[in-house]
Amino acid sequence: MLRQWGPREAIGALWGEEEQRNEGARSPAKRAKDMELAPTIEVRDLEERTAIRLKDITKTFGEVVANDAVSLDVDWGEILALLGENGSGKTTLMNMLSGIYFPDSGEIQVDGKTVTVRSPKDAFGLGIGMIHQHFKLVDVLTAAENIILGLKGQGKLDRKAVARDIKAISEKYGFDIDPGQKIYDMSVSQKQTVEIVKVLYRGANILILDEPTAVLTPQETDKLFAILRNMKADGKAIIITHKLHEVMDISDKVAVLRKGKYIGTVNTSETDPQRLTDMMVGRAVSLDIDRPRAEHRNLRLEVENLTVLSGEGVKMLSGVSFSAFGGEILGIAGIAGSGQKELLEAIAGLQKAQAGAHIRYFPPESEEPIAGKHIPVKRDGEELVGKNPTQIEKIGVSLAFVPEDRLGMGLVAGMDMVDNMMLKTYKNGRGPLVDRRPPKKLAEDLISELEIVTPGVGTPVRKLSGGNVQKVLVGREIASSPTVLMTAYPVRGLDINSSYTIYHLLNEQKMKGVAVLLVGEDLDVLLELCDRILVLCGGKISGIVDGRSTTKEEVGLMMTHLPGGREASAVSVLQAGRTERGEDQ
Amino acid sequence: MGDFNLAGFLTAAVLAGVPLLFGTLGEILTEKSGNLNLGVEGMMFMGAVGGLAGPYFYEQVGGTSQIIAVLLGLVLAFLCAAFGAFLYSVLTITLRANQNVTGLALTIFGTGFANFFGEAIGSTNASNYMSVGKPTVDAFNNGIMGLKGAGGVGDFFASMNFMVVLGLLLAGFLAWFLGRSRKGLNLRSVGESPATADAAGINVTAYKYLATVLGGGICGLGGLYIVMNASSGVGGTWVHNCVGGRGWIAVALVIFATWSPTRAILGSLVFGALSIMRLYINLGIPAQIYSIFPYIATVIVLIAVSMRRKRENQPPNSLGLAYFREER
Amino acid sequence: MSSQVKAAALREPLVRIAKRTDISKGQAWAIRAAAILLALVAGGLIVLAMGHNPFLVYADMAGGALGNKTGLKETVKIAVPLLGAALAIAPAFKMKFWNIGAEGQILAGGIAATYFALFWADKLPQVPLLLLMFLAAAVAGAFWGLIPAVFKAKWGTNETLFTLMLNYIALGIEQYLQNGPWKDTKGTGFPIIAQFAKGARLPKVFGVHAGWIIVLIFVVLMFLYLRYTKQGYEISVVGESEPTARYAGMNVSKIIIRTMCISGAIAGVVGFMTVSGADYTLNANTAGGVGFTAITVAWLAKLNPIVMVFIAAFLAVLTKGSGTIQTNFGIPKSMADVLTGIILFFMLGCEFFINYRLIFRGKGEAHHG
Repeated sequence: MLRQWGPREAIGALWGEEEQRNEGARSPAKRAKDMELAPTIEVRDLEERTAIRLKDITKTFGEVVANDAVSLDVDWGEILALLGENGSGKTTLMNMLSGIYFPDSGEIQVDGKTVTVRSPKDAFGLGIGMIHQHFKLVDVLTAAENIILGLKGQGKLDRKAVARDIKAISEKYGFDIDPGQKIYDMSVSQKQTVEIVKVLYRGANILILDEPTAVLTPQETDKLFAILRNMKADGKAIIITHKLHEVMDISDKVAVLRKGKYIGTVNTSETDPQRLTDMMVGRAVSLDIDRPRAEHRNLRLEVENLTVLSGEGVKMLSGVSFSAFGGEILGIAGIAGSGQKELLEAIAGLQKAQAGAHIRYFPPESEEPIAGKHIPVKRDGEELVGKNPTQIEKIGVSLAFVPEDRLGMGLVAGMDMVDNMMLKTYKNGRGPLVDRRPPKKLAEDLISELEIVTPGVGTPVRKLSGGNVQKVLVGREIASSPTVLMTAYPVRGLDINSSYTIYHLLNEQKMKGVAVLLVGEDLDVLLELCDRILVLCGGKISGIVDGRSTTKEEVGLMMTHLPGGREASAVSVLQAGRTERGEDQ
Repeated sequence: MGDFNLAGFLTAAVLAGVPLLFGTLGEILTEKSGNLNLGVEGMMFMGAVGGLAGPYFYEQVGGTSQIIAVLLGLVLAFLCAAFGAFLYSVLTITLRANQNVTGLALTIFGTGFANFFGEAIGSTNASNYMSVGKPTVDAFNNGIMGLKGAGGVGDFFASMNFMVVLGLLLAGFLAWFLGRSRKGLNLRSVGESPATADAAGINVTAYKYLATVLGGGICGLGGLYIVMNASSGVGGTWVHNCVGGRGWIAVALVIFATWSPTRAILGSLVFGALSIMRLYINLGIPAQIYSIFPYIATVIVLIAVSMRRKRENQPPNSLGLAYFREER
Repeated sequence: MSSQVKAAALREPLVRIAKRTDISKGQAWAIRAAAILLALVAGGLIVLAMGHNPFLVYADMAGGALGNKTGLKETVKIAVPLLGAALAIAPAFKMKFWNIGAEGQILAGGIAATYFALFWADKLPQVPLLLLMFLAAAVAGAFWGLIPAVFKAKWGTNETLFTLMLNYIALGIEQYLQNGPWKDTKGTGFPIIAQFAKGARLPKVFGVHAGWIIVLIFVVLMFLYLRYTKQGYEISVVGESEPTARYAGMNVSKIIIRTMCISGAIAGVVGFMTVSGADYTLNANTAGGVGFTAITVAWLAKLNPIVMVFIAAFLAVLTKGSGTIQTNFGIPKSMADVLTGIILFFMLGCEFFINYRLIFRGKGEAHHG
């Protein structure tokens, strides 16, 4: 931090430092033109078509080498897809281009000139704009305020002029945006739109989109790609990062990173997903996920008319009813914030259900392998509504829950593995003292069974990599021999290997007769792994479909449409789901 | 209650509210940048001793200009307190120390610093006190409207000194700055989400430093007014522990005012009134119980604010957290 | 784009910061020791500016606090409440409940103990009376700590300011008692509370009131409590992350309230020790800023009770020594606060150098034309 603002500079810089930039903030068109004429971005002649060139970029975080001598090129009017697993260093590389991180060594060229990008401000100056995976927007401000944030202009804000400029950009590329709307009232795709307009407003000619489709429905993705093609036609250079699938549709070239190393660049037209995956992982991998059928398939959970309010009184879940079965993976799809979190937390006893709701639990049959480990409960279903996690556990229900926020909810980031292992069992044993021997044993077992990479059981889990953190959490939950296993985004941020370990563990639990509830964001995975998929839309169920027969497009549509006149297929699926439940009872 | 003097009561309430207003405004500016500086008490102390020492030394070397003495007081009060805020900034912004503890440390340091110098300087004087002359004290206490006591409302306006006006102007300016200007928008975004502000090209560190240091300086003016205010009977003289908890009330008033400079005016007035109430309204209870009214009122405000939460009334989202761009 | 921005953009930043994970415990403590040393140097500069020889002043401080029996006893007497209050704060801070109300909790305990000392001394023999005072102080302190905890648990009311306001309220109540109902009628008419009867005074062990034994017992108990008990584990989890605690099935409200009762009770006992062991009366200075300074002690010790013993002793030496230098050099006693503040600043600042390392420009310059 000293470098940005050492105490000495503090007095001198004052607010006026930014004055030098962007005096023409009112006219984006004019500014864009200035940018083309600016000394760093020369008038594009036909010979020099390279917009961005990275040479031998290296970046380390402590011991971890995030980027190891990475080089790549992007031309004007071209879309480059940067491909790599989680943890391969894509985001780090892009963050260096946009001034968030500073490289340890290497060279960045923009339009043929060597440049140094020390801050996002430098990046804007060079016409580079990045749309981050986690949107960089201020919730309590409006779209317009977010867009002009940090720009120079008159001291006083002229909101009308800003709104006019935003309209102009929106019309040019086909955005739909209300400048006066607050960010906290917006959907995910609206927020993304604001982010894109924000960088265009600043006159960006080079756009970086970090996993832009991860949060979108297939239909929203198509819309975004149409806009990106408009920009490409406009001569802009675009880099998008993603894991795999959409890359084929939109990109001209694909560059692949693996474990921080640059593997190579291929033309999209000359490759296919399997070859790209092999490049990403470094060996031939099967992309297929197993979906075995379980022997026992008995009703385990019956949720009826579940309504959950947020702290502010907004309905996060509204009249949700469904059943979950042992020996099945029930996928839960929906755009982010459709009530997935509330649903799992309500079942786990962490959210208050409104009156009239029922969550009934049915224990496994005696012939099942997971039976017998639990105190018998009522045969006609044990009511979970109104019970907290401790009470639920006391009546013999073994619920395992892998929440979305691993280090903020599922684990204690600052504690070591031993203390994390006993999070739910620390009360075991008599007396006021904790017994750290069983959790220590469990921690050691998990390290060897799940191949967790850690200096030792005494290392704070915060210091472990994302994949290992998830193994610690999932391992602990499965070790409690559950009859219901709920997981939210279990492979988010994990590399392919760890992801497959997790899929395997989920399948293993399912085959034992456990009812698995899986909240996911990657539809391709849900479609391959789940027996049934429940689709949430704005806190309501828009349908439950069969995982083996449905399509990505169908689920995608249901994510944004509730069953109504037009969505006949969704309605019929919903009815199908109900019939199925009826039969099983 | 028959001889209740409304004009006198209001006047005293406004005057007692002035230090609170400066403290609250300074802390609002600070907190808008995401820094929770609990050292307001310490900074007010530093402002008090600095603001007294300026005119004191000026008079000691033979200076007689009232204007220069007042200006020296203002500038030194501001600089001294800003120095305290600067120490806080270095620790919390650059060195990422815990804001709560650093603020408390600043209070301990500022209190000691002020008492130490207040007494050390006083001990070099024949009278054994650090004390400034009547013209300087008068400048801080006399009304500036040129009105003479006409009774009732006239009395009220007649006793409004320049610090009252300065405080009101400052509140108005801050309200405009935070709500209507680009810099203010940038500052708010720094406090709400520094990563966003950073990605938008705003120099987060600069904004945090400036808001905190300037905010500290403003708090210092409140300390200066405390030490110069003659209504306690010893205006212009260093009194051990003179700030006496008003800095802490200012921190609470920020919550009361829900981070709005204009509501800070109302809050300061109410709390000023509570602190001088026993001189004007006889409820037949012991003086010591009167003295705890402002604190009880603060507690009630804290509870009331926590019970009804509204999105727009919440503290800046990143309040209390350090920002490091390359954190992973 | 202006030419200035471009010129700037060609240079690498002067200093960059990176996290470090490779520091050993020994190195970390060496950095902390260096920070204290630097703080003393900074304090010495102030002394120098005042026209005194800092070495002589520091030597005099140490001598006054440790050099003779009377001084040493005084130092221990200062350290006892400081350590006690730091122990009181530890579980609350571990839970990230910013209890800066130890001052008020001490006073509450002192008031309760004083009640029995004033009105029950003629009815009970010494041992039961002292036990009663001890218990009353603990209960009163716990109650004073409980109030903000209940509101925090229920509505998330800001506890920092709440506990602080309760300090002033406790002080107001003490002042009222001293000026009104509990005023010494046999005295000079000065508003003070009468000296306690012999039976209400804590006996001396090795020349210092027995409070030092109580407080050392608390050190061991608190160490064990935080590290090895289920409740201690709960406190750690709540402090790290409330959602995690809820997820684990913990009753967060109950834990907050229980922990603050413990915290307040210990502070209350400190009040008992002060009125019954040190002052034999109650006055506005019974807490005397101990509750604030104790925050420093607790934080510098990283909430480890064993380390607190040493930090409290160190600050007691500073305080006692400042009294000595006031007499011998005419340096105001507030020097202790100034020094404490400076030491705290340096200690807070030095953590940065333990967690991060700086990379200066130059290394990477070869790569950038």
